[in-house]
Amino acid sequence: MPLKILTANRLIDGRPVWYCADGGWSEEFSDAAVADTPHACTLFELAARQAIASNKVVDATLINVESHNGSFVALRLRERIRANGPTTHRCAENQNIYGEYRVSL
Amino acid sequence: MYRYDEFDKAFVTARIAEFSDQINRRLVGEITEEEFMPLRLRNGVYLQLHAYMLRVAIPYGTLSSQQLRKLAYIARCYDRGYGHFTTRQNIQFNWPRLVDIPEILKELAEVEMHAIQTSGNCIRNITSDHFAGAAADEFADPRPYAEILRQWSSLHPEFSYLPRKFKIAVVGAQTDRAAIQLHDIGLWLKRNSSGKLGFTFYIGGGQGRTPMVAKLLHDFVLEEDLLSYTTAIIRIYNLYGRRDNKYKARIKILIHETGLQKLREEIEKEFAVLKASELKLHQSDIDAINTYFRAPDLTDCSEWHYNLKQLRLNDSAFGDWVNQNVTAHKHPDYAIVTISLKSTGGVPGDATSDQMDTIANLAEQYSKNELRVSYHQNLVLPHVALGDLKTIYDTLLATGLASANIGLISDVIACPGLDYCTLANARSISVAQQISTRFSSYERQMEIGAIKLNISGCINACGHHHIGNIGILGVEKKGTELYQLTLGGSAGNNCAIGEVTGRGFTADEIVDAVEVVINTYLSLRQSSEESFINTYRRIGIELFRQALYGTTRKIS
Repeated sequence: MPLKILTANRLIDGRPVWYCADGGWSEEFSDAAVADTPHACTLFELAARQAIASNKVVDATLINVESHNGSFVALRLRERIRANGPTTHRCAENQNIYGEYRVSL
Repeated sequence: MYRYDEFDKAFVTARIAEFSDQINRRLVGEITEEEFMPLRLRNGVYLQLHAYMLRVAIPYGTLSSQQLRKLAYIARCYDRGYGHFTTRQNIQFNWPRLVDIPEILKELAEVEMHAIQTSGNCIRNITSDHFAGAAADEFADPRPYAEILRQWSSLHPEFSYLPRKFKIAVVGAQTDRAAIQLHDIGLWLKRNSSGKLGFTFYIGGGQGRTPMVAKLLHDFVLEEDLLSYTTAIIRIYNLYGRRDNKYKARIKILIHETGLQKLREEIEKEFAVLKASELKLHQSDIDAINTYFRAPDLTDCSEWHYNLKQLRLNDSAFGDWVNQNVTAHKHPDYAIVTISLKSTGGVPGDATSDQMDTIANLAEQYSKNELRVSYHQNLVLPHVALGDLKTIYDTLLATGLASANIGLISDVIACPGLDYCTLANARSISVAQQISTRFSSYERQMEIGAIKLNISGCINACGHHHIGNIGILGVEKKGTELYQLTLGGSAGNNCAIGEVTGRGFTADEIVDAVEVVINTYLSLRQSSEESFINTYRRIGIELFRQALYGTTRKIS
């Protein structure tokens, strides 16, 4: 099965967050826990329902990732942009708007 | 400019209180996201890829200095130091926190602004000519009528749950600068042979996945019947418009499926009932609104013309900017200045807080406190004395806003695309940045001449790709971005939908493909006076196709 991670947007500010192995949610894609079995996916879906029910996050969804040079990368460009911020670099440099999210796609 | 009356203040204040309460109830879990989503959308709050997005209405694209300063302040204090002016003459903030939205709305209300009806299946912000009230070719100022429509459509109980969103645009000049034939209702303010003001009504225009040019519904409807005739149209649409399929719910589809003549009969029947109702506009009401839009007092000064001529000779870059960004005003000693938000490699439509403050100051000092937003994603100073042009240019130059490219290839319209938008399939901004960089030479741009290049990151067409002389549509194919090219689209008086050239181009190929199109045009035009669109209309698409697909392998 394809590797999966669980992502959502934080309710209070809409920021993308990723579900971690410790049961928390991180703003860092690299902190995300990876599900590699159907059972793990089921547990992720349960965690998503709980986080939605407790008003921590919205729009929780499992996305496909792949292993690449020792780290995980989202398969879809959309998810890579969610993880890394807009690719409009000039604007970012002018305004220092991306902070810690400025990593290469 | 229009100023809120007690009714406006009351409804905006009440809506802020209501929506703030809804936000608080959402944050503590008293309402679910499913319940909350339609409420937030009705108040202009979207959830995008990286954050919430707040879309603020700029009615008919008219702003005061004070309002622009407030937008700059909101960008600085509640967002990330910039805002994005849109193809609907609105502004979007890309990074607000949901928890801050009530405060932002209160800030906006202080300057008589709000975000109501910037989303949802209702009548959206009324758009208009960004040169309204200033253009030399104007019959009459369309803004008073846009304001009447704004007041009538705001929180209109009958039209709050239409089958789909509904867009209205109004112009009042010889040139249609608001693309009215791409709106659900397009209104062209005119005088009839008796000198009476009225409107030509177009209906059923729109872009999106089924682009259509609006059809002429009525040659001339008297101004007193503006609201009753508009009501008749939207009432019939509300009654018969499809609600089973959102992709077939716009009025353009209803017209296509029902036939214009049959709908016209229904509309006329409804209008006959409404004509003598309370919707009839009385001259005193029109006059009252007109007073808000009185032309500013402008001083005559013929010697400015001579001085300007000298300044243009002494500073060629200033001369280029005047040629490209300055338009004739109805007063011969004044001009309309378009401030380009399309710097080389920049993000079309983005302005930083500092830039907004600078522009607000310029408007206050040199443009009677007035500004406009164009659907081309630029800002406009509508009433500038010719004698002040150089000072304005110098200030813009120091602020990175002096690009002399209005109407040229680097004046790209682009939606936020996949860099921000949850609906997008491909990036738009990065393509726009590459194009403005590739064609950054002023001489090259002038050689190419007048052209519109528009980019959308998905089929919803917020970037108006269908009406670009060159249109680019980003799609996702097998997980990667692919860009379809269309040629021959056009807004304005000769409105047309562009034709797809053929198979799409990868992100690495698309700018080269544009260059092939440009070089083909340059080699085939009859003279340097023949614009891209005129060459296209003369020769058609085939030679462009041959050039593109004969050389694509070379490109890749």
